[in-house]
Amino acid sequence: MSVSGKSVLKRLDWFSVLIYISLVFIGWINIYSSTFTDDNPSIFNFASLHGKQLFFIGTSAVSIIIILALEANFYERFSSLFYIISLALLLGLFVFGKTIAGATSWYDLGFFNLQPSEFAKVATALALAKYLSDIQTDIKRKKDQMISLLIILIPAFLIIPQPDPGSALVFFALIFVIFREGLPLYYLGIGFMVILIFIFTLMFGTIWVGIILGLLLALFLLLKKPSFKVPIIPVALIYIAIVLFSLSVNFVFNSVFEQRHRDRFSLWLRLEKDPKKLEQIRRDIGYNTYQSEKAIESGGLSGKGFLEGTRTKGDFVPEQHTDYIFSTVGEEWGFVGTATVVILFTTLLLRLVYLSERQKNDFSRMYGYGVISILFVHYFINIGMVIGVLPTIGIPLPFFSYGGSGLLFFTALLFIFLKLDANRLNELT
Amino acid sequence: MRKILLSSIILLVGLTFIGRLSYLQIFSFSPNQILEDPAIKAVYDYPERGYIYDRNGNLLVANQPAYDVMVIPREVKPLDTLEFCNLLGIDKERFISQLNKARVYSPRLPSVMVPQLSKEDYGRLQEKMRRYEGFYIQKRSLRYYDTHSGANVLGYISEVNEWDLERNPSYAAGELKGTTGIEKEYETILRGRKGVKYIQKDRFNRDIGPYKSGTLDTLPEQGRQITVTIDKILQEYGEKLMTGKHGGIVALEPASGEILALISGPTYDPALLVGRERSKNYSKLHYDTISKPTFDRSILASQSPGSPFKTINALVALQEGAITPETTFHCYNGFYVGKRKRGCHCGGGTRNLNSGIYLSCNAYFAGAFRKIYDQFPTSAEGMDAWEKHVKSFGLGTFLGYDLPTGRPGRIPNKEYYNRIYGENRWSSSTIISNSIGQGEVEVTPIQLANMTAAIANRGHYFTPHVLKKIGGEDISIPEFTEAKHTTIDKKYFEPVVQGMAEVYKKGTAARLQIEGVEIAGKTGTVENFTRINGIRTQLTDNSVFVAFAPVDNPKIAIAVYIENGYFGSRYAGHIASLMIEKYLKGEITRVDLEKRMLEKTLEQEYAKPYSGQPFKINERVW
Repeated sequence: MSVSGKSVLKRLDWFSVLIYISLVFIGWINIYSSTFTDDNPSIFNFASLHGKQLFFIGTSAVSIIIILALEANFYERFSSLFYIISLALLLGLFVFGKTIAGATSWYDLGFFNLQPSEFAKVATALALAKYLSDIQTDIKRKKDQMISLLIILIPAFLIIPQPDPGSALVFFALIFVIFREGLPLYYLGIGFMVILIFIFTLMFGTIWVGIILGLLLALFLLLKKPSFKVPIIPVALIYIAIVLFSLSVNFVFNSVFEQRHRDRFSLWLRLEKDPKKLEQIRRDIGYNTYQSEKAIESGGLSGKGFLEGTRTKGDFVPEQHTDYIFSTVGEEWGFVGTATVVILFTTLLLRLVYLSERQKNDFSRMYGYGVISILFVHYFINIGMVIGVLPTIGIPLPFFSYGGSGLLFFTALLFIFLKLDANRLNELT
Repeated sequence: MRKILLSSIILLVGLTFIGRLSYLQIFSFSPNQILEDPAIKAVYDYPERGYIYDRNGNLLVANQPAYDVMVIPREVKPLDTLEFCNLLGIDKERFISQLNKARVYSPRLPSVMVPQLSKEDYGRLQEKMRRYEGFYIQKRSLRYYDTHSGANVLGYISEVNEWDLERNPSYAAGELKGTTGIEKEYETILRGRKGVKYIQKDRFNRDIGPYKSGTLDTLPEQGRQITVTIDKILQEYGEKLMTGKHGGIVALEPASGEILALISGPTYDPALLVGRERSKNYSKLHYDTISKPTFDRSILASQSPGSPFKTINALVALQEGAITPETTFHCYNGFYVGKRKRGCHCGGGTRNLNSGIYLSCNAYFAGAFRKIYDQFPTSAEGMDAWEKHVKSFGLGTFLGYDLPTGRPGRIPNKEYYNRIYGENRWSSSTIISNSIGQGEVEVTPIQLANMTAAIANRGHYFTPHVLKKIGGEDISIPEFTEAKHTTIDKKYFEPVVQGMAEVYKKGTAARLQIEGVEIAGKTGTVENFTRINGIRTQLTDNSVFVAFAPVDNPKIAIAVYIENGYFGSRYAGHIASLMIEKYLKGEITRVDLEKRMLEKTLEQEYAKPYSGQPFKINERVW
């Protein structure tokens, strides 16, 4: 250990740590409220969920000390190993996994259920940073682009069949890291177009997508400078490709998707035109979202107060202590509470962007972006789902949702980066 | 560009979330949420409805328990259906259909299986109830009537309807409220205030404890008892006399305006509208369109007053200086309007005020009526003066008594006649029928009684009312305790009262005198018509009578209106006389008179227009 513990604490970004502590604290308060019953009011009752979460918070605190105490280059050096271990653990689930609520995502360690996909997020972020920061890697090369994508996709594809498509989705967020490091932006453009065409096709149908696109093209041809020569054949091919894609969207939606997926989209995009049927879907398929929206709405500006959320007490919102924990914030702390949480996350993420950009070491910066991508996508999808602007995708809210593996590895994810950041001046000397 | 891309997305998402949250929590927020919240159920604790007592402290209305058999379908275990059905007194089909209905409503919530068991059924069932899981007995409170009379004035209670719920948020579906009569008028006093307990529910609608530890809960506030001005004995007696007769009786205490009896015939037993048979009984009453038992004739039947109205014309003529008590008119067994002769039954001769009243001479009052108008340059001005005086007796208005229904009657004015005949196209001769209480004037029995009370008081009256005490304390409502003065000077009343007293001594009601009581009264015999298959057909005259007694310091003023009872002293006069005796003396000495009134009915008279046969009217049957 070349760096003493004292100097780590001195150089640690305490601003981020403070936000982390706030989020964990607010999170636990709300878990307490949503799992509290008159039988187990004691906060140290480890048979209760809020008691267990308190234990996980303690475990996380210990892990922070270990993470900060280890040498900074330990993480870079062993990142490939972590990655391979995580892939092995994911594969092992097919044999030794424990099934909870239909998903085989856990190892039963007796006192604790370990969710390797959480570990894999940290390992993949490290591995990706390691690969991209390698002096031999050039992100402009197609081959290197493919390998980076593979690093992300292998764990994702191992997680999908658990089935846990929500967690798998998180890995795609790591593409942001590759973008930051130079992946041409038109990839992002294409991705964005694909999503837009997908949504427009569902909302308006292939014919309208074709017509509108044709009109836009005609408009472009009319307004273009006479000197600009249009490559007729490629443009025509792209147009045909888009129309074909749009047709395939219909096929996928109607034949590949299951009814529950279709319903989620019907609800999200308001595809069902009959208001009565829509309301029915809202209450049946969208039951969770409906209840969580109502709970949040009933909080009003200042909320009903700690332990006073009637819908929380009545267990109206399913999975409220895990994925829907944000609805408890909404009901009991009102707009003041929800806005505070959103602002805390936004601030933390922006702070991490700032910290990443100031890294002199490529690995640290890339890992920093990995951390931001993973935290952001969780936060975005989770709160988006709970407040009803995104379809239902079940992933937890970092630092908030009940769950040991989640809290432990989100903590590890963040503090490994803070350790790297604290160490950045040593790199120069 | 690459460096700020992620930061911009993070900021944009943050703003979107805040926007969406402010939409949900600030714009969509409804402050009325404790009632909309599915997690909170309000359980009401109903106070007992206040009792109603009569003026002498006799109980009229109280409460009785009723027992509903309730079911929670999910908790029902296999049972001996046959035995259970026998206990409940229903057949198996009904049992199955009720159970299915309850299950469709909610498997988890209670539904009524059999409503309102009798006390006997309840007694038999109670011991065995615990054998039938999922069923239990719930007690409800129903009205109990300690009288078979007064349904029209007491009113009834029934479940609130959509309209009540919309208008008055303090009611919840399924609650009971006063729908007519005193029950409606004094609903807020009788009802008290329900208590509420807020219960926290979970998503399966199970109770998980009191909401906010019960800090928002309230205790029920008992309904207060009220004492009404009705005399139970007099009311019951009057209804007995009205058996088989259509019409109304209203008795007032002139010195206070308190309503002693408010009788409508035919009426019904108030207990009919309580309990299991309620809706069946109600339909039966409601659809009886010939005798209309739910139509309160004492306050709703607006008809020509007939001769009692002559007293008012006499007072107006005296006040306007058109006549003095000594002024005479000659009766030629009638009088002439232009060349047309109108009849009179007084016997003919010269009449002054006194004999004009006690012999009820049409010619005298036609003359007096004309003279009122002769005082004024135009008929219209005469009409104005006449209308002002007449209305000061409470006629042509709703009177303002404390019952929820009423009719204003009709006192015509110059606009009314201008509309019919054209401006300046009418004179006192055109409207001469009003002089004898026929023509266009219409009154209700309660107005007639109030008019009589005003004469009894020699010039003022108190608004008739039924409320006497609330929770045992006398009311002091200025509306009821302040005298309303007529526009006739006190001195003009004495000669009219004298004439009315003579009615009993040597006039139209001479045979109806009560020993030891000096009564003043006035008979009325009212021509009336109906339409049979579109043809205007005259029916037997309505029998009308107003009276007050004793003449000095009167204790009771009464108006009796008997449809198709022939001349005034016949049914109405008899009934008025008996009522006065009953009230003042407590018992009836003229047993034969009473027997006749109790036995005679007018059913055959009421059947005539519906018989489809030609019929005679004004037959002298006794």
